[in-house]
Amino acid sequence: MTVADSVLLEARNVDKRFGGVRALQAVSLTIRTGEIYGLIGPNGAGKTTFFNVLTGLYAPDGGTLLFAGAALAASSPHTAAARGIARTFQNIRLFANMTALENVMVGCHVRTRAGVLGAVLRDRRTRGEEEAIRRRAEELLHYVGIADRAHDLARYLPYGDQRRLEIARALATGPRLLALDEPAAGMNGTEREALRVLIEGIRKDGTTVLLIEHDVKLVMGLCDRVAVLDHGARICEDVPAVVQKDARVIEAYLGPGENVHA
Amino acid sequence: MQRLLASLRRDRRAAMIASLVLGVVLAVLPFVVGGALGNSWLRVLDFALLYIMLALGLNIVVGFAGLLDLGYIAFYAVGAYLYALLASPHFGLHLPVWLIIPAGAVLAGIFGVLLGAPTLRLRGDYLAIVTLGFGEIIRIFLNNLNAPVNITNGPQGISGIDPIRMGGISLARPIDFLGITVPSLHAYYYLFLALALLIVFVSIRLEDSRIGRAWVAIREDEIAAKACGINTRNIKLLAFAMGASFGGVAGGLFAGFQAFVSPESFSLMESVMVLCMVVLGGMGHIPGVILGGILLTVLPEFFRHSAGPLQVTLFGKVLLDPEALRMLLFGLALIAVMLYRPAGLWPSGTRRRELGSDAA
Amino acid sequence: MDIFLQQIINGLVLGSIYALVALGYTMVYGIMGLINFAHGEVVMLGALVALSVVSVLAGSGLPGVVIALLGLAVAALVCMAVGFTIERIAYRPLRKAPRLAPLITAIGVSIVLQNLAMLVWGRNYHAFPPVLPASQHEILGATITSLQLAIIAIAALMMAALVLLIQRTRLGRAMRATAENPAIAQLMGVDIDRIISFTFVIGSALAAVAGLMVSANYSIAHYYMGFILGLKAFTAAVLGGIGNIAGAMIGGILLGLIESLGAGYIGDLTGGFLGSHYQDVFAFFVLICVLVLRPSGLVGEKLAERA
Repeated sequence: MTVADSVLLEARNVDKRFGGVRALQAVSLTIRTGEIYGLIGPNGAGKTTFFNVLTGLYAPDGGTLLFAGAALAASSPHTAAARGIARTFQNIRLFANMTALENVMVGCHVRTRAGVLGAVLRDRRTRGEEEAIRRRAEELLHYVGIADRAHDLARYLPYGDQRRLEIARALATGPRLLALDEPAAGMNGTEREALRVLIEGIRKDGTTVLLIEHDVKLVMGLCDRVAVLDHGARICEDVPAVVQKDARVIEAYLGPGENVHA
Repeated sequence: MQRLLASLRRDRRAAMIASLVLGVVLAVLPFVVGGALGNSWLRVLDFALLYIMLALGLNIVVGFAGLLDLGYIAFYAVGAYLYALLASPHFGLHLPVWLIIPAGAVLAGIFGVLLGAPTLRLRGDYLAIVTLGFGEIIRIFLNNLNAPVNITNGPQGISGIDPIRMGGISLARPIDFLGITVPSLHAYYYLFLALALLIVFVSIRLEDSRIGRAWVAIREDEIAAKACGINTRNIKLLAFAMGASFGGVAGGLFAGFQAFVSPESFSLMESVMVLCMVVLGGMGHIPGVILGGILLTVLPEFFRHSAGPLQVTLFGKVLLDPEALRMLLFGLALIAVMLYRPAGLWPSGTRRRELGSDAA
Repeated sequence: MDIFLQQIINGLVLGSIYALVALGYTMVYGIMGLINFAHGEVVMLGALVALSVVSVLAGSGLPGVVIALLGLAVAALVCMAVGFTIERIAYRPLRKAPRLAPLITAIGVSIVLQNLAMLVWGRNYHAFPPVLPASQHEILGATITSLQLAIIAIAALMMAALVLLIQRTRLGRAMRATAENPAIAQLMGVDIDRIISFTFVIGSALAAVAGLMVSANYSIAHYYMGFILGLKAFTAAVLGGIGNIAGAMIGGILLGLIESLGAGYIGDLTGGFLGSHYQDVFAFFVLICVLVLRPSGLVGEKLAERA
């Protein structure tokens, strides 16, 4: 396993409050280029909130996020995508009444330029771009293994394929960091194994992966490093072997005074 | 019908023949309608074309981008009043049509952005009421901007508007063309048809483009669309502007055709009618929306022509106010169609599904 | 000062009526997420039915208040029946349909009711017979009629009763549960169909009261009155935060005040450039400003977008 040393994302003391609830408390973590980084924690620990801050859906109340060396200040989701952060959603959010292919084509939006005039006149540049978008989308569907469903509406795809489609769509934005929010939720053993292979492949092809997951076994087997959130605070960040033995982590998952039977 | 279209898509020659047949039908339609049903139906035909343009414009906003706009008719008003002010004795201006119609499209587009901008953060039904408010505000201003400076001539409206002239020939009078006399209503028909076809063409091209996909993505899931890197603010404003500009074009044509505009033509009920065309036809599906435009222009007229005579045949005299009766029937028809086909008469889903299962 | 107070009184009367109608919109929206576009027409029906009953009884020698109450009773029954029927025929079959489908049937119902009324009552304006005592009271230089006093009092009473119904009764609890989450409410044994029907019936009864108030206060009713009144009341509901009972009341009163003060002062405010014709512009302008600053209305809770 090769772990490059350059830092891709650095979160420093990120705070997020909802009314009186401190959903994130001075969370700091560092994701290095080329690694698979896991973010785990019990329900309500703030994992998805961190995702939403990272991808520009929420503005942080304090702290800074550095992505590829530059601040992700006051960003909005589309600028986050433009900067190279793509995401999937815990409760799959596809464009239900578009075909699988079209879903991925939408993902190409941020890396393409054609406007109204191009659309109406269909000049050579626009035609070329459309052709490239379509080819890229087809490639990506093939890459995640659902090329045969390209012309089905997204809402008619089986659950596992919907998860894959969402990943293909995120990859279409050309990300440097792919953030996956519980991609294995609701999957059976075979599907999980296929997903593990897919994520490994994505990393091998040069995209850094941030993974929120409930399935601790999957995370420990897949991730280079893992951070644990509990009650909005980061309690641990290290390689899986160390994290698994961390007393605070065990306490967070099992409650105080219990032993591990993992 | 669906299968026919699907097969046309596959077979180029069949498609060519089909468009040729359609072209001939559209070309001779005014003569058939005018000959068989008279001039009043020919006017209905001309209006149907205007409404198709409006419905396609609103379809971009409601059908593609999923933004419920209840004040769309305001853009029709902007186009119509621009024409009325720039080509009538009211200000003594008589600018040429090829200048006013594009200007109307641009001005309506600007209004689209201006009215759209404050509404961007609003969702669904809040958006509906705010756009409705904007529509009413524009109508009220048209009604009252006759004092202290007379701009719109108030409720009386502006009359004596120049007819549309093409190359020095007025469409308001019969035109001799290669020895054939083309009556005014026919001439307007061909002009409206040409522009309606242009708008259909632009709609189709937009739908199948990067911008069109972005609109539909916003309609389907705005947050996911943002996460895909779509600048939803700009893309929504673009939808408002494009939709409004179609309305502006139709408005200008309306003013030249009627030679008269007044605020009454731009009531909320008109916005509602155009919305009904879009939804009843099949939101977001261009052929469906065209069908909706035709049906909802023709149906009330059909009831108008039949409500009185039908009573005479049935009861020997007119018992019920024919105007009320025709709208009553129209309302019932709206309800019946939506109950029977909640996704509209000709929705896009069925086509997609069919093609999808073909491919699988 | 007296003009100001007079406008406040007029605004309160108008606002009470708006609030009653707005409640009909907001209750249905709260429970089904549907704009009942036809609600304004129910108000119109209430006004015309009440006016007809009162006209028939005007020469009977009964006391004016009794006549008005009889008119109200008949109007309320008719409106409740109509509201119930509308929901059954035009909305219930479309509960799972695309969101805009019931909006179109609502528009259809609206057109049908309006033209039915035109067939029954004709195109003319109808005058409300002067059966109610027209005594006037002076307060600080402004006048208020006993009818206006009654309107404000009755509206307040009806709203209090509605709040009690929703907060304190089993039925009210079922309504709140349905509004919160219909699927779960159903699992908990709430008969959703019944609750929705009931909501329409209550809203329509309030509409009948409002209809009588409008026609009595302005001494006039006609088949087209429901449209603009419904539009204003819906605006009021949105202003307060649609789906929210307190919001509808506050929004209604506020809109009434804004309109009447706006109409009274818009000339002075704009140096005579804009006259009182712009009163509607004023109302919509305030609405737009409120929504732009607070997209979920004045009282509506801020719903965080969930990812």
